[in-house]
Amino acid sequence: MRFVFKTSYDADIQLFKHRAQAVWYGLLLLLVLATPLYFAAIGDAYLLGEITGVLILAIAGMGLMLLTGHTGLPSLGHATFMALGCYLNINFLGAGVPWLIAFPLSGLIAGALGTMIALPVLRLHGVYLALATLAMSMLTSDFVVMAEPWTGGIAGAAVPDINIFGVEVNRYSTPYKFYYLVLFVAILLVWFYRNLLRTPTGRSFTAVRDSEISARAMGINLTRTKAMSFFLSATAAGLAGALFGHSAGYVTNETFDLVMSITLLLMIVIGGLGFIHGAFFGAIVVGIIPVAIANGRSFLATTFDVNINVPGLESALFAFILICFILFEPMGLYGRWLKIRTYFELFPFYRKDMFKRQKSYLKTDRVQ
Amino acid sequence: MSLLEIENITLRFGGLVAVDNVSLTVNEGEVFALVGPNGAGKSTIFNLISRFYDPAEGRIRFDGNDLLARTADQVPSFGIARTFQNIELFEQATVLQNLLVGRHRHRKTGMLSNIIFSPKAYSEELRHRAAVEEVIEFLNLQPYRDKYIGGLPYGVRKVVELGRALASEPKLLLLDEPASGLSVEETQDMAFWIEDIQTQMGVSVMMVEHDMGLVSAVSNRVMALSDGKELATGTAAEVQSHPAVIEAYLGTSEISKTGTSRT
Ligand SMILES: Nc1ncnc2c1ncn2[C@@H]1O[C@H](COP(=O)(O)OP(=O)(O)OP(=O)(O)O)[C@@H](O)[C@H]1O
Ligand SMILES: [Mg+2]
Repeated sequence: MRFVFKTSYDADIQLFKHRAQAVWYGLLLLLVLATPLYFAAIGDAYLLGEITGVLILAIAGMGLMLLTGHTGLPSLGHATFMALGCYLNINFLGAGVPWLIAFPLSGLIAGALGTMIALPVLRLHGVYLALATLAMSMLTSDFVVMAEPWTGGIAGAAVPDINIFGVEVNRYSTPYKFYYLVLFVAILLVWFYRNLLRTPTGRSFTAVRDSEISARAMGINLTRTKAMSFFLSATAAGLAGALFGHSAGYVTNETFDLVMSITLLLMIVIGGLGFIHGAFFGAIVVGIIPVAIANGRSFLATTFDVNINVPGLESALFAFILICFILFEPMGLYGRWLKIRTYFELFPFYRKDMFKRQKSYLKTDRVQ
Repeated sequence: MSLLEIENITLRFGGLVAVDNVSLTVNEGEVFALVGPNGAGKSTIFNLISRFYDPAEGRIRFDGNDLLARTADQVPSFGIARTFQNIELFEQATVLQNLLVGRHRHRKTGMLSNIIFSPKAYSEELRHRAAVEEVIEFLNLQPYRDKYIGGLPYGVRKVVELGRALASEPKLLLLDEPASGLSVEETQDMAFWIEDIQTQMGVSVMMVEHDMGLVSAVSNRVMALSDGKELATGTAAEVQSHPAVIEAYLGTSEISKTGTSRT
């Protein structure tokens, strides 16, 4: 068991609670930095590409986590913002804008457009907001087709390579550089995210999530706060979309479909709503499931000569895992990890009901 | 000098007149209590001051400003903080984070400097923490500092809500039933705190409370309401012995129980 002694207010504001935590994250950083070395040694970068894909998903996941996990606004339309970021990036690059400008600009414009789209629906609550964003996601494919001159429509569009001061970055020809680039963006966004949560802006997001009425009574403007969260969220999704384009190499009207929007939402629920970690845990699960299914299939086929070819198996398995999480672990994978950690920290004093939600008190006096 | 002035305010919910032509003033530095049977319209008056409701008629002025020209989220910036009858805390945050939200009206940095954690954002954050730490000390909340609200007992939540309001350094504190659901000892603590808030911090307090013991102990002036109408205003003793008040409470419980035993 560890006690954190407060020596100054500084201790609360720092990124890490205590030195051991800083050491662990330092080791994690070393690990992710050294990962390509391993793949370079075995001379096969296929898996590294998959890991890069997980990181891109995690970036989009962080965007959605901010909106849903920290501001309490569900969205079933984040693939739309990814599409915006991706196509903006393609068009900027096509127009000769350097990647270092095109990439952040695509994210920011996706964020701004996302906010404009969202403003009219921000007054909606819970399920209605989900439905409105769902509708947006369903229309995305049609819009991509309609905007053919910029998107290539059904035929699709090739995504130009990244060029940073003469250094070419391409998913296939320079997978290591691409990995480091995505990793850098991911780490930068994690840092931004953490900063947000330890300052007034982030606290106003969680305040709106937990009690709109109290948030207003503390001086928080609901519309502005939600719009801000939407902007940041859609910006992150836009950046992820641009990277996704680079990773895919070629995008069509079906790339950023409804399934992707839903996957993103499932991802953060599985990972753990309300935790930055949750975006990463969720992305890992989403990244692993298809690989696991493919491996399981070929294992069954080679060892037992059983061929399973059920269409939609992935979605079904995914849905099954999700239902299990909602039933048994509403706090997600990160919540499970917290419990395990607390168990060992407090051993042998852990109580089973430690994480049980307190029954909430009657809210009869709520102002509508 | 009067801090809060409410003039002839009326609010209807459909056919029900929840607040009927009520006027009152809260003076600087005083503790003003609103009493009355259930459904009298006390909480509704708080919600009117908070600008959650628009009155049909009347005016609300605070510190020389017309509150009715403002929205709910602008009210705290004048120095009005409040608690809720049924506790409205940010459940999935710690006590510390809840109190820090109370500092929202004092923030000076925007989204951008927050995201990059600029030196300005950092020094501002240090100031907020220092202010919140004082409140934690004042209300003896140290043991709960890093606990999530979800797991706290009811009595502690009430104190945290008071702390969150205090953290905003208000001029006027609106307390909706600060002692409801509290034990005798907890109610006593609450009384001491309210006195300290008034005398040491110089904050004016307007409170709704059914516990006449607490009301008589801490308030300078009391207004009794029933069915949205003012019955009497004066000292606690005056109001309790007022015939209209006694009649309004006839058959109902609270005030007669604790109230008569004191007079
Ligand atoms: N949002 C609302 N919509 C409709 N009627 C309401 C609403 N809020 C309050 N009322 C009604 O207005 C009247 C005054 O309610 P209010 O909550 O102000 O009473 P109160 O004096 O605070 O009572 P209590 O001591 O029970 O808290 C009650 O009859 C109540 O039913
Ligand atoms: Mg009430």
